[in-house]
Amino acid sequence: MELTCIRCPMGCAIHVELENGAVVSVTGNTCPRGAEYAKSEATAPVRTVTSTVRALGGVRPVVAVKTVPDVPKDKIFDVMDAVRALEVTAPVRIGDILCTNIAGTGSNLVAAADLDAE
Amino acid sequence: MNTYDIVIIGAGPAGLAAAIAAKEAGVDDVLVIERDSVPGGILNQCIHNGFGLHTFREELTGPEYAARFLSRAGELGVAIRLSTMVLSLSNERVLTVTSRERGVEQLRARAVILAMGCRERPRGALNIPGYRPAGIYSAGTAQRLVNLEGFLPGREVVILGSGDIGLIMARRMTLEGAHVRCVAELLPYSGGLKRNIVQCLHDYGIPLLLSHTVVDIHGRERLEGVTLAEVGADRKPVPGSEKYIPCDTLLLSVGLLPENELSEGAEVMLDRVTGGPAVNESLETNVPGIFACGNVLHVHDLVDYVSEEAARAGKAAARFVRGGTPKSTRVVKLTGRDGVRYTVPQTVRPAAMGESVVVRFRVANPYYGKYLSCYVDGKRISHRKKPIMAPGEMESFTLTREALGESAQEVVFCVEEE
Amino acid sequence: MQYDVLVVGAGVVGCATAMELGKYSLRAAVIEAGEDVCTGTSKANSAIVHAGFDARPGSLMARFNVEGSHAMPKLCERLQVPFRRCGALVLCFDEADRPGLEELLLRGVKNGVHGLRIVERGELHELEPNVSPEAVAALYAPTSGIVCPFELTCAMAENAARNGVEFFFDARVERIAREGELWTLETARGSFEAPVVVNAAGLHSAELNNMVSEKKLTVTPRKGEYMLLDKKVGHMLSRTVFQLPTKMGKGVLVTPTVHGNLLMGPTAVDVQDPEATNTTAAGLESVMQKARKSVPTLPGNRTITSFAGLRAHVEREEHDFIIGEAEGAPGFLNAVGIESPGLSAAPAIGAFLAESAAYLVSAPVNKKYDSTRPEVYRPNEMTVEERAAFVAEHPLYGSIICRCEQVTEGEIVDAIHRVPGARSLDGVKRRTRAGMGRCQAGFCSPRVLEILSRELGVPQEQLTKSGGASFPIVGKTRKDGENA
Repeated sequence: MELTCIRCPMGCAIHVELENGAVVSVTGNTCPRGAEYAKSEATAPVRTVTSTVRALGGVRPVVAVKTVPDVPKDKIFDVMDAVRALEVTAPVRIGDILCTNIAGTGSNLVAAADLDAE
Repeated sequence: MNTYDIVIIGAGPAGLAAAIAAKEAGVDDVLVIERDSVPGGILNQCIHNGFGLHTFREELTGPEYAARFLSRAGELGVAIRLSTMVLSLSNERVLTVTSRERGVEQLRARAVILAMGCRERPRGALNIPGYRPAGIYSAGTAQRLVNLEGFLPGREVVILGSGDIGLIMARRMTLEGAHVRCVAELLPYSGGLKRNIVQCLHDYGIPLLLSHTVVDIHGRERLEGVTLAEVGADRKPVPGSEKYIPCDTLLLSVGLLPENELSEGAEVMLDRVTGGPAVNESLETNVPGIFACGNVLHVHDLVDYVSEEAARAGKAAARFVRGGTPKSTRVVKLTGRDGVRYTVPQTVRPAAMGESVVVRFRVANPYYGKYLSCYVDGKRISHRKKPIMAPGEMESFTLTREALGESAQEVVFCVEEE
Repeated sequence: MQYDVLVVGAGVVGCATAMELGKYSLRAAVIEAGEDVCTGTSKANSAIVHAGFDARPGSLMARFNVEGSHAMPKLCERLQVPFRRCGALVLCFDEADRPGLEELLLRGVKNGVHGLRIVERGELHELEPNVSPEAVAALYAPTSGIVCPFELTCAMAENAARNGVEFFFDARVERIAREGELWTLETARGSFEAPVVVNAAGLHSAELNNMVSEKKLTVTPRKGEYMLLDKKVGHMLSRTVFQLPTKMGKGVLVTPTVHGNLLMGPTAVDVQDPEATNTTAAGLESVMQKARKSVPTLPGNRTITSFAGLRAHVEREEHDFIIGEAEGAPGFLNAVGIESPGLSAAPAIGAFLAESAAYLVSAPVNKKYDSTRPEVYRPNEMTVEERAAFVAEHPLYGSIICRCEQVTEGEIVDAIHRVPGARSLDGVKRRTRAGMGRCQAGFCSPRVLEILSRELGVPQEQLTKSGGASFPIVGKTRKDGENA
C-alpha cells in the first residue's frame, strides 16, 4: 500500500507491506513518526467528519457538527447521509450530542458550535 | 469623546487573545470592536478540525477554538461591541465608528491594537481573462455560504489555488454532494499543509494539477466552464496545453492579503513583503501606541501562533498604557535574505525585549536538507539543518537578548546550502 | 398596452430620452431586454464626458457631444450624479506628430469647445508629474470631465419614472409590425403599441431598424477592454490622459474615475457577437502596455478588476451617429451607432429625440414636471457630524455592508426600493458601489443577497447576479423541513 505521510511537511512516500491485514514492513519513511502513521493508516484509517446539520428556530439555518471519536474512513459518506437526514432545534451548545452511534459507527455526532435560538 | 485605555479592532482569534492578555495584565478598560454580528471572526466558518493542537493539545473545530477564548474573555468581562465598523483611525488614536444600534461616534484610545485580519485575493487581481458570470467565488466566501448559511454555491467545481482554504473547500463541497473536478495550482508545489492534501484531496480522489492555471472563463450568466493550461518555469501558460473543463463553479484560493486600509489611514508604515505593519519586538508600529497582531500583521499558517502573538501584543499594549515601556534608543534591524522572505518583528529594541523574542518568517521556496542560519552583525550565531522548509509554513527563531550583546545593529536570517 | 411613445433600450440614450419625455404630457414606456437599466454598452465604457474636439465639425457627433457636455454639470447636480470636470490632456510623443495636436485644437475650436490650448513639456509635467517624460507636448482640454455612467443612467431613469414614464425589463423586442398609425412591438413580456418608437437599442439597434426599414444598417460590436486600479493609486493622475492617434494606432486612455480609482483602456477589436463581453489575455496585456506609454509607473499589481464593453459601431464613409426617422418608417426614430462620444452626447440626443417624438404626437408640456429624482444619501460623503446626525435619524445607514467602499445597509435598501430599483447583485452594485471595491464582493455578496431576499420577498436561490440564469446560489445544503 502506498501512503503519503502527513506527520510533517516532508510528505514522505511510504510503502506498507500487508499480509492478512497485518503490517509486515514499512519503507520510505524517514523518521519513526512516519512508521507509526503508516501502520495505523494502513490498518485502520479513521477521520473526523465535520459538517453541519439543519437547525430549526436558530439564528442560522445550520449548526456545525463533528464525529467523536473519529469514524472509519470508508464510512464517511454513510455518516454524511445520516447527517443530512438529521434535524435539531436551537439552542444548541458545543458538546451537545446530537446523534449517538451515527451510521452504526459507534461514534457520536456532537455539536461543534453554539447556535442561539432566534 | 469617550476615552478607553485599549481599543482592539477585530474580535477574531487575534483580537480576543489580545484582549484577554491586556485584561490579565491589569488593564481593565478594554474595548473590542467587531464588524460582524458575532465574535470569533473567520473561525466561525472554519468548521473543520485541526485548530488548537499547540495551544490546547486537542484538535478543535474553528468555532470550538473561538469558544475557548470567548469564554475566557467573558470571565474577564471584556467588552465587545458587535456589528460595529471602524470607519477611520487617526495617528492620534481617534476612531470613528458606525453601527446601526449606536450610530456614528468617535472614540479615543490610549493604545490601539490592530487585529482586522486579512481578505482573499479576488479574481480581478489575477487578471484572469474571460466572462464575468455568476459562480466565481473566493474559497472563503463559498465557505461562509456553505457552513454558516446552508447554501450550495454550485455542483461542478474547479478550484484554483491549493492554499489550505481551497483544499478544505474541496473536501467540504464533496461532502455536500458537489463534484470537485480538480484543484489547479500555478506553482510547482502546493502552499497547503500536507495533511490537507492527503485528507482533503487524496481521500476523495480529487486531482491536484501543479503548474496549472485558469486562462479563460466561459459562460455569460452562470459559469459554464474554464480553460486550464499548464504553465512553464516562467509561470506563463504553455501554448497548446489548454484544456476545457466544464464546471458551474470556480473557487479561488490564491492568497490572502492583510487588510490594512485603516492602518494606512493612521500613517502606519507597512512592510512591502508581508503587507502588514512593520513592528518592533512589542508588536508596536511606527505610530506610538498602535500595535498589530494576527493576520493583519502577516498571514499565519496556524491560528495557535496568532493567539500567541496576539497575547504578546495585548501585554505590550497594557505596558504602554501604564507607561511601562522603557525609553530606549538602540534599535536592532532584523532582515530576511537568501530564501527568507521577511521577518516579524522587523526591529528589536534590546532594552524592551526581555530575555528573548520569537521571530517568525517564511521561506521563498521549498528547501530540503538546507540550513537555516542567523547572523548578528555578520557573525553566524545559529546554523541549523532543517529536513524541510516550505513557503506554506511559518518558521520561527527565538532570538535572545544575550545574542545581541551590547552593540548589535543588524540580525540577518537566511537559508544556506551548508 | 398602448402608449404615445415607446423607447426601446434602457441604456444611457434610452434613459435620457425617457427623462426628456417626462417633460411632456404623454404616455411613454421604456422596453428593455435586460433585467435592469444600464446593462449594455452604457455600463462598460471610459466614463468620460468628452470636451468635443474629436468629432468632425458639422457632424451629429460634434453637435450632440458639445451640447451634452455643456448640459452635463447642471444635469448631474440636479440628479445627484457624481461628475467632475477634471480636464483632459492629449499626449504627443513625437515632434513629428505635433501637426496632429494642432489639427485637434482647430477642430475643437470649430466645434465650439472652450479653453483648448497646447501645453509644452514643462507645463505638462507640472500638471501631471506621472506622465511619461517622453511626451513632448499635449492638447489641454479643461472642459473634459468624468462621470459615473451607472448613476447617470439610473438617475435619468428615476427622473423619468417620477414623471410617469413606465419601465419594462426582460422584454426583448422580437417582432415589430405596423397597423394603421401604430407600431406594435411583440416582446417577451407581451405586446406594446404606439405611434412613435424610439430605437435606442444600442448593439441591437440595427436589427430593430431592419425590422421596419428597407434601408438596412449594420452595427458591428467593437470590443474595448479595460482595467480598473485600486483607489490607492488614484492619486497618480488628476486629469484624463489620451494619446494622440498616430500611424501606430489610436492608443488608450488613463483616467481618474469620479470615485477615485484609475481606469485604463480601451482596446478596439471588432467582433461578431453582440454579447461577447469577455476579456482576453492579449487585450489586457495590450491595455497595460499602452497605458504605460502615457504613465510609465502604473503598477501591475494594483488591478482590482478588468472588463470589456462593446461599442455599437457603424462602418460608414462619414463616421457619425445615425439619429432621426428611419427611412420609410414614419414615427420610428433611430439612435443607431451611438459609440464614443455617446455617453457625453446622451443628454442632448435624448432631448432631441424626445422633442421630435412629442412633436409627432402633438404632446403638450407636462405642467407637473419634476426635474429631480428621490434624494440619495451617501453617508461616506458627509462630515462626521453630518453623518452622526443623519444616522441617528436613519439607523440603517449606520450599518456597513460593503467594507471596501463603505456602503451601508440603508443605501442598499434604498437602491432596491427606487423606481426602477435594483433586483440583482449587479443592480445593487451599479447603484451603490457595494462589491465594486478591492475585495470585489467577497465579503459583501452574501449579505447583499440576504438583503435583496428580505426586501423583495424572493428566496436567495432565485436571485441573480445580473438577470437571466446568473444564479449565484444553486440550492440549500439541507432540505427545508415542514416547519421551516
